[in-house]
Amino acid sequence: MIASIKHFIKTFTLFELLQGLSITGKYFFKRKITVQYPEQKTPISPRFRGHHALRRYPNGEERCIACKLCEAACPALAITIDLEERADGTRRTTRYDIDMFKCIYCGFCEEACPVDAIVETQIFEYHFEERGDHIKTKEVLLAFGDKHEAEIAKHRVSDAPYR
Amino acid sequence: MDSLIAIWESVPEALRIVIVILLKIIAILLPVIIAVAYTTFAERKIIGYMQVRCGPNRVGPKGWLQPIADVVKLMFKEIITPTKANRAVFFIAPMLALAPALAVWAVIPFWEGGVLSDINAGLLFVLAITSLDVFGIILAGWASNSKYAILSSMRVGAQVVAYEIAMGFALVGVLMLAGSLNLTEIVNAQAGGIQNWFMWPLFGLLVVYFISGVAETNRAPFDVAEGESEIVAGFHIEYSGMAFALFFLAEYASMLLISILTVLLFLGGWLSPFGASFADIPVLGIILGDGIHWLLLKAFFFLVLYLWFRATFPRYRYDQIMRLGWKILIPVTLVWIFGIIVFKALQELGVL
Repeated sequence: MIASIKHFIKTFTLFELLQGLSITGKYFFKRKITVQYPEQKTPISPRFRGHHALRRYPNGEERCIACKLCEAACPALAITIDLEERADGTRRTTRYDIDMFKCIYCGFCEEACPVDAIVETQIFEYHFEERGDHIKTKEVLLAFGDKHEAEIAKHRVSDAPYR
Repeated sequence: MDSLIAIWESVPEALRIVIVILLKIIAILLPVIIAVAYTTFAERKIIGYMQVRCGPNRVGPKGWLQPIADVVKLMFKEIITPTKANRAVFFIAPMLALAPALAVWAVIPFWEGGVLSDINAGLLFVLAITSLDVFGIILAGWASNSKYAILSSMRVGAQVVAYEIAMGFALVGVLMLAGSLNLTEIVNAQAGGIQNWFMWPLFGLLVVYFISGVAETNRAPFDVAEGESEIVAGFHIEYSGMAFALFFLAEYASMLLISILTVLLFLGGWLSPFGASFADIPVLGIILGDGIHWLLLKAFFFLVLYLWFRATFPRYRYDQIMRLGWKILIPVTLVWIFGIIVFKALQELGVL
């Protein structure tokens, strides 16, 4: 009886509706959490997996030894590698293509690599301007690595204790 | 200047009246349309703020040009007609929805005497014309040749009929207290400060009126007509570009109308809450005295309430809407009206 009277009063005073309105009303004055993206950015982890890059040793020699571990590890079959033996007996790639449309940015290639040659950088804001640009060739990846080497090295060092 | 007056005097008398009326119509409708544009902006901003977002803030300073950008976008969009749509009805429907929504503004007084057509059955005219709104929506749903659109227009039909009754009954209370159907006289019957406004004796009816107003304009939480989750966009699903914009305009114009009507009928319209107590003070008297600014201020509150509702309440289930309309709002208004009748009768008998 009491409960039904209570329910009746609650219904006709719109009690619960007013409660709801007061909550949204409170949130109206809360600080807004929106990140104004191009001007503001959220912090990115050193482990972030973005655009790929191929690295070189400090002496300028490319790291990749064409072991094809990344190609084998790649779940999306995005990596294609051809190789040759150089005159000095070392193995190097003649072709190292990553299809960025197939790539799922899982980071397995990076983990599989025994010489830290293929890495994923923190750069995620990139685009393709022409048809076919999505296949990143060895030259493009090496150039990308050269361009961002300082950053890549820094993030690898900061993440090293956890690997 | 003189030549302008000469030209004006050379215009025949009958034509002059028409020109003056046309200018008045522009003076009313242009602010209404601009208000509609900025209501959409306010809606996005307010709902954004209530969801701890910023809302649109890129176009122009702080996003203030956003509605202009939206209008330009809609104007340049292609208007697509479904293959098996009834073309004539398909294009008449949005106009049929918009025309009544704009026509009602003819009898809305903005200040003492500030009304295009001061007819003595103004409230009746408002009720009659706003009911016509639904034809545009029903025809749009039918002409689109889409099952979602027809479902939506059927929902709108039933919903509007149900809530029109509750709305009409809520107005009966106002009529009994004001003793007039003329909107100016209804407002003037509430003169003498905040304690004389009809919102006090008719508080229940005010709530019922505004709830049915929200339902009437198909706004959240009664927006089953649009019901994104089940029928995509409802009656305007097949409309694009300017044809869609007309529906949009009609919906928001009716929202503004309901807000202003609520103020006129229950909150003393343009009357100041302080009555005439400040009328003698030079500058303050203008601000605190009666005037259109009070009307707009109060109407703005109800407009915000519309958006606040949308940010707060989940959509009603369809059968619950019908139940609320027929089995709760109508009985509530009847009981309240009975109360007023008893009150009036006791007053007549001299008991109170």
